[in-house]
Formats: sequence, C-alpha cells, structure tokens
Amino acid sequence: MAELTLNKPRFTLGRVFVYATLLVGVLFYLMPLLVMLLTSFKSMDDIRSGNLLALPDVFLFDAWIKAWSSACTGVACEGVKGYFWNSILITVPAVLISTFLGALNGYVLTKWKFRGSDLFFGLMLFGCFIPFQVVILPMAQTLGWMGLANTIPGLVFVHIVYGMSFTTLFFRNFYVAVPTELINAARIDGAGFFTIFWRIILPLSGPIFVVCIIWQFTQVWNDFLFGVVYSGGDTKPITVALNNLVNTSTGVKEYNVDMAAAMIAALPTLVVYVLAGKYFVRGLTAGAVKG
Amino acid sequence: MLTTFAKRTILATAISGMLSTAAFAGSVEVLHYWTSGGEAKSAAVLKDLLEKEGHEWKDFAVAGGGGESAMTVLKSRAVSGNPPSAAQIKGPDIQEWADLGFLTELDNVAGKNNWDQQLPAVVADVMKYDGHYVAVPVNVHRVNWLWANSEVLKKSGIAEVPTSWEELIQVAPKIKAAGFIPLAHGGQAWQDATLFEAVVLGVGGADFYQKSMVEADADALSGDTMVKVLDTFKRLRPLIDDDAAGREWNIATAMVINGKAAMQVMGDWAKGEFTAAGKTPGKDYICAPAPGTQNAFTFNVDSFAMFEVSNDEDKQAQADLARLILEPTFQETFNLNKGSIPVRTDLPMDNFDSCAKMSMNDFINTSKQGGLVPSMAHGMAVPSAVQGAIYDTVTNFFNSDDMTPEQAAERLAKAVRAAI
Amino acid sequence: MTAHNMTQPTASPALPDGATSAAAPARRKSSCGDRVQRLLPKLVLGPTMVTTLLFIYGYVIWTGVLSLTKSSFLPNYTFVGFLQYEKLFDNDRWDVASLNILIFGGLFILICLAIGVLMAILLDQKIRSEGAIRTIFLYPMALSFIVTGTAWKWILNPGLGLEKLMHDWGFESFTFDWLVDPDMAIYTLVIAAVWQSSGFVMALFLAGLRGVDNSIVKAAQLDGASMPTIYRRIILPHLRPVFFSAFIILSHIAIKSFDLVMALTGGGPGYSTDLPATFMYTTAFSRGQLALGSASAMLMLGVVLAILIPYLYSELRGKNHG
Repeated sequence: MAELTLNKPRFTLGRVFVYATLLVGVLFYLMPLLVMLLTSFKSMDDIRSGNLLALPDVFLFDAWIKAWSSACTGVACEGVKGYFWNSILITVPAVLISTFLGALNGYVLTKWKFRGSDLFFGLMLFGCFIPFQVVILPMAQTLGWMGLANTIPGLVFVHIVYGMSFTTLFFRNFYVAVPTELINAARIDGAGFFTIFWRIILPLSGPIFVVCIIWQFTQVWNDFLFGVVYSGGDTKPITVALNNLVNTSTGVKEYNVDMAAAMIAALPTLVVYVLAGKYFVRGLTAGAVKG
Repeated sequence: MLTTFAKRTILATAISGMLSTAAFAGSVEVLHYWTSGGEAKSAAVLKDLLEKEGHEWKDFAVAGGGGESAMTVLKSRAVSGNPPSAAQIKGPDIQEWADLGFLTELDNVAGKNNWDQQLPAVVADVMKYDGHYVAVPVNVHRVNWLWANSEVLKKSGIAEVPTSWEELIQVAPKIKAAGFIPLAHGGQAWQDATLFEAVVLGVGGADFYQKSMVEADADALSGDTMVKVLDTFKRLRPLIDDDAAGREWNIATAMVINGKAAMQVMGDWAKGEFTAAGKTPGKDYICAPAPGTQNAFTFNVDSFAMFEVSNDEDKQAQADLARLILEPTFQETFNLNKGSIPVRTDLPMDNFDSCAKMSMNDFINTSKQGGLVPSMAHGMAVPSAVQGAIYDTVTNFFNSDDMTPEQAAERLAKAVRAAI
Repeated sequence: MTAHNMTQPTASPALPDGATSAAAPARRKSSCGDRVQRLLPKLVLGPTMVTTLLFIYGYVIWTGVLSLTKSSFLPNYTFVGFLQYEKLFDNDRWDVASLNILIFGGLFILICLAIGVLMAILLDQKIRSEGAIRTIFLYPMALSFIVTGTAWKWILNPGLGLEKLMHDWGFESFTFDWLVDPDMAIYTLVIAAVWQSSGFVMALFLAGLRGVDNSIVKAAQLDGASMPTIYRRIILPHLRPVFFSAFIILSHIAIKSFDLVMALTGGGPGYSTDLPATFMYTTAFSRGQLALGSASAMLMLGVVLAILIPYLYSELRGKNHG
C-alpha cells in the first residue's frame, strides 16, 4: 500500500506542489466550518460589524449555552437538548436494522442467486434515485393505515425502507468479490444458508459494516424531510429543532446561536467521521468500490 | 349546623367544579410556525391561558419559508388521517381545507362571543366558509409599510418621506449622492413580491389592486395600468444595491438601522428589528405607509383553522382555544410582541407604540371607507398556485434584463391563466 | 487487505459445528429440507422485495396516476389526460430547472471526479499527517446543508464573504459576485456541492489506489515509465469500476439536490437556480399543484432511468462474464 512512489520522498519541486495543492484543498474544505465556529463564539454586535473570518473580540460561550438549553424551538424555549435523544432513538434502530438487512440481501443477491434476482437488484438500485419528495404523501397514507403515523417506529420504518437500497448496494458490491468457491465448499460440507452467513460471510464483513453504518448514520441523522413530515410533536429529531431555531421568517435572528445549534446538531456525525474516517477508507478499500 | 352546611356546599361546589374542569379537560395539538424568540414567547402566552382552563397544549412547531414546510407537514398529516386539532393556516387556504371537509365549525363560540361585531367584515369573510366560522384570526400585520432612517434622510437633504413612487425615484439620486443606498431590499421571491404589491397599490390604486391581485383578472393583469406598474417597479431596481440577491429581510432592515440604506418596504414585523436595536419610532426611524398607499392597507392576518376532532373533551379544548385567541389578554400581549395590531378593533391601544396606533387607525378607516385589501405576497389574496405564478413572473422580471414591462404583463396574465 | 481477510474463514474451525444447527433438519427429512434451503434465499429477500415493490414502484405508479389528474391541493382522481405535461412544457420555470440540472449535474460530477482523483493521487504520495488531511477532506460529507447553509451563503455573498474579505485585505479589484448574478448563481451551487461530495469521491479513489496491485506498477517502473505515464496508462484504467461507482453516487446526489438549493439560493435570484427537485416540491406542496408536481417527478424519473439502464446493463453483464 501507498508504495506507488518507490523512491524515497525528497524535497523536490514536485513535493512542494503536492503539499501546496493539499494545503489549498484543506483551506477550502475547512472554511465553512471555521466561519461557523468563529461566528458561534461572537456577540451579535461583533457579527454585525466584523469580518467573516475575523477572530471574535471576546470569546463567548453564551450562544452555545443558549442553543443547548434556552433557545426557542416552538413555544418551548429549552434549546435543542431534548431533541438529541429523539434523534438517537430514531437513528440507532434505523441504522442497525437497515444495515443488517442490507447484509442479508447482499448475501442472497451474490451467493444465492435465483431467477430474477439480478433484475430485482436493478429495480432496487433505481430505488436509490427516487426523489424523496415523491413519496411524502403516499407514505403518509401508508403510515396512517399501519397506525404508525407520527411515531418514532413509523419514522424508523421509513428510514429502513429507503435506506435499504443503499445498504444492499454496498453489501452486494462487497460480497461479489468474495469467492463463490468458499460458499460451495461449505455447502458440500452440509452448511445451510444461515450457517454460511453467520460463520463465513459475517466474519468477513467488518470493513463493509463500518462503511455502511457510517453512511447510514450520516443519512439518517441529517435527514430533515422525513423527520419533519413523519414525526409527532414530541418525537421531532434534532434537525427539525435546528430548522425551527434557525429558520424564523419574521423574527429577530441570532446568528451566533444559530451557528452554535448547527454545530451541536452536527457533532455526532462529525465525531463519527473523525474517529472512524480511517476505517471508512479502509472499508472502501476492502471491496466496496470494486463493484 | 349552618356552618357545616356551608362547608359542605363549598366542598361540593369545589368538587363539582373540579369535576367539571376535569370532564372538559381535553388537549389541542397546535401546528404553527412561530419559533423565533419573540413569536414563541407570545405563543407561549396562549399556551398558559389554555392550561389555566385545564386543557393540554401539544406543541407542533415547524418553521421555514413563511409556513411552507408547515403546510407540507399538515398535508401529510391530513392524508395519514391524523391532522392536528388546530393549525396555522391563512387566507384562501382556509377555504381549500374547508372545501375538503377537514375543518370544524366554530359558530357556537363565535355567536357567544360576538365575533361578528368584533371583527371587521373583510377579515371575518376570510375566516368563514359557506357562512360559518372555521378559523380564528390572531393578529393583523400591515404589509405596506415604508421604514426610513431619519438621520440618513436628513443627511441626504430630504425633509419628508416620499409619498409617491415617482417622488421616491426622483429623490433617490440625492440619497445616492450622499453616499447611501436608497432602498434596502432582500432579493428573495417573497420580498420582491412584497415590494411589487406595494407598487401595484401605489400606482394603480386599491380598485386596480383588487382587480389584478385579488380577482386575478386577466385584462387587469395584462393591461396598460399593469405595464405602468411594472415599469415603475423595474425602475426601483437601480435603487437597490447589487448584493441584494438572497438577502434575508432582516439583514436589509439592519442596513436601514445602521444607516447604510435610507428606506425599506416591509411588513410591520420589521419593527421588531428596530426595537431590538434600541431605536425609537418617530425619532431614530420613521414608519409611514408605502409611497402612494396612504389611503390603503394591505393586511396579512395570521389565523388558526380548527380541524375535526372526535371526542368531546378535545372539542371543548378547541372551542376554548378559539375563544382565548380573541380575548383581550392574548390579543394585547401577542401583538405587542409581534409588531402587529389586534384583530379586534374595540380594544384600547394605550400600550402600543405610535406605528401600531397609526396602523390601527388606518385599519379602522380603510375597513370603513374601502382600501383595505388582502396581501397577495403573503398568501391572503389568491390561491397558492396563482400566487406562485405571480411570484415567478415578478421575481424573474425584476432580476433579469431581457423582458420589457409589456412582455412581463403578457407573461403575468399567461402564467396566472395556466395556474387557475 | 481483501486477500488477507478472505483466508480467515477457511482456516476457521467453526464450520463443522455450524453445520449441525441449520443442516440438521435436512438430514432428517431431506426433500423437505432441501426445499426449505432453496426457498430460504427468496424468503430472506422477500420482505425487501415487497417493500421495494410497494414503497418505491407502487408510489411511482401512484405518482404517475396523479400526473394524469387535476389534483391540486390534495390527491383528486379526476383525469385530464396529459394536460399537466403540456402545462409543464409551457412553463418557463421548468425550462430553467431542466437546463440547470444539466449544467449543475454535469459540472458537479466532472469536477468532483477531477478533484477526487487529483486529491487521492496527491494523498497517496506518502504524505505526512495523511490521516488528518483525509479527515478534513471527508468531513463535509457528514454535514447537511441545513447545518452549513448559512455559512455558505455568507461566504459566497459579495457584501459579507470572500469578496469583502479580499477587499479588507487590500485586494480592491477582487470580485466574486456569482451568488447575486442570475447567470452565474448556478455555479455557486456547484462550488458548495463539490465541497460536500468531492472528499467522498477522494476516499473512493484513495481506496481504489490502495487496491491496485503493486507488482504491475513496479514492473512498469523497471521498464522506465514515468509516474504520470504509469498513472495514465496503468493505474487509472484499473480504477474503472471506481469511476462507475463514483458516477452513480454523484448522479444520485445531483438529482436529489434539494437542501443545497433551499439553503443557498432558495432558487434565486429570480428562479435562476431552480432544479427539478425544488420545482417538484414547490409546485406539489407549496403551491397546491400536486398533479403538475407529479408530472415533473415522472419526467425526472424517466431521465434517471435513461442514465441508469446503460450502467446496469454493463454492470450486470460484466459480472456474469467474470
């Protein structure tokens, strides 16, 4: 790995160019985050008068405290803290179930193909592309029929249904690279469908689980559309609370609180990317991209 | 003996009192889009009042785009068979919902509390479907306001706020010469439309406004008056700075507050920004009717429509909510906070500032003498499809240079026809 | 990495025990067990098949039906034929939205691929603190535009952001006013979208590069080929599947782009940055023209199919051969 340049790195013009380009990239990618962080520590006067990337006159944590515990998100002014838990209640089951089902589906679609399974995979892939705005009303009706309208299980269900296309795609592309001989040998030994899955396939799947869970976690945590439409008054996820806080039409705006709230809402996904980013690339290397 | 009897009676009444409140204690789920600090606090007043009556308030707030997201949520909840019991809906949308059979009649509460006497007929009509009240108005926003920075006007050598659009266009070079932006504006479709309807009213007058913006009459939309309106409207574009696109209205207001710009045309919610910045009306800033609309009043009324609910307790809670909304306590607190005026014309205005008093005055006068018109830009005048068609044409005409006013008027009529 | 992992299970002693549990009934009643074994894959896939058919295809059909009705506020089943499609083709705003998705989608995909490949190659040169840089490139993917929208709006706004910054620093002639220019605003969407997704593409390519067999590269180097040539002639062709995966992921992001537009431009100035997804949402929900919105959704899905079918064809056919 990473041995494409066999000669030892030297300080040549080329290396300078490499580092310079990477540095420009780093600045570009970091800028919005920097703007948000700086703004969240400023006072409103400071924001009105100062420049976007200027350091705050005084570093203030007031906005963060307000965003967490006293900003208004409805008639209640208790910040976004209560919505954090809702988001977790929605995200954890949705991610785990959709990932696990994706693994099973990928396994069937590669190792237990039957007539029409390829066609089905194609149909499913198309499902990745369906604009979610299309499904709002019919899904609302379906949830109503199922008695799940405006509940957390209902929202979890929606996330699983529309997340499965992606998880299946990830796992299928990963399992395609697993040699079929392995499976055949086990079958000759008398191992059944689930035995092979548990004993052979799952132990191989660590890297792709990481990729899939990170992907799904990001999607579900950041989701706004389903969250706003299918949640109830007290089951709203944090993105909806954030939107309520930030998106006032005829009220006075407090940008520092907005930015602090946005950072708080984004924190879990950021942490996941920073901590698991390494495994993400590793997981992709391990086969997800070979599809 | 008597004392024990008295005690018993008291106890009995107390118990029956408790029982009766308990029997009537229902809950209302309220879908609204008041989430910013001031608005949320004023809505919380309503919540407290309702809770004092023994009912439960289930809050369902969805902010964004002047209630667009809230409407999406409401539709999906209605489709799923689980609509909230009260929802913030306004203008012709109330008729649409009632037409689909979702709304419940409030004639009982309305009759007991004399709504017909308390509310101006124009407003009451919006709240009624087929002669029955199905919604409760909360407040009245005046949309055709002009906000001006006194100091900037003085420095530019302008004594009085312009009273016609022509006058405003004439004095603009003076403001520019003094180093200020004549008109603060945010280039979002709804703000373009807010400015546009003020020009329609100022140039064309209330009758023309009624014909074109409320009745969506094709001849009025494509006629000579509309061409003149569009021409005037377009001549305002150079008075606005180049960076206006996508700017929030409050940033534009801040430009007036900070003395970067001279004036802004915006509804009375802008007052909240001035107040928050510690400015006083009449001294630091001037509120005046938008140029040429001195004898007219563009209203934007927030209201709650009540959805059918099944059980009696919740029905009672709904009725109590409707009653409370129009009671003086809530009307005053809410509107003081929000910058708007009470929807009831019989309340004292002592605690309100000079702008609000003037607004109330004009509201009463125009409701008697004519000139009280619904705001197109704020969804009070035409169904949302027609409103959208007007938005599209207006904002496109205002922002691009490849259309003459004549062409724009043609397109306006065509787009509206396609949307009906 | 892949190869190493794959050797594990064969070495694992777990197989014989494992075989007992599921295969036990098979021994007792073999014909029935066989049938269960044959049915199992279908049973496992069943729920997914049902949900896919119902919640994706069922809804697509429902949308198609709606597009033929006069539904306005809520669904209504009075049929009017292809009237909504006629209205759609006569709608200036839809024209703008369709043209925009071509410009936006095309540029977005191209630039993301270019930046992704470039950054991946650079990052693969034994860079110090590679981990940190990689995380920085990747983190935008973790944030939705609901979170970063305001920041982007400020950065791109000439009066507040980059332009002002440059002026403050003394570069008076610097102009960057695309956001407020109706002809250029669509490109600001491209910038923000590239910011969000290019890091992910970089990760895909980095992973791909790490998977390339080193012996081929070494051999080529021994033959005296220069690094650029090796990349162009040997490594990049090897990454063909990565290009395909990235293309699919990127085009799905482009077509679904919605938050981005809402947060950054709201479709403005005018409606110059409207995209089909925002058009569909606005007409169907904000404006109570559900049928018209459905018609636009059907056209969008049609275009998706046109892109997807060739890809699927080559993908599935290729797999059957190899």
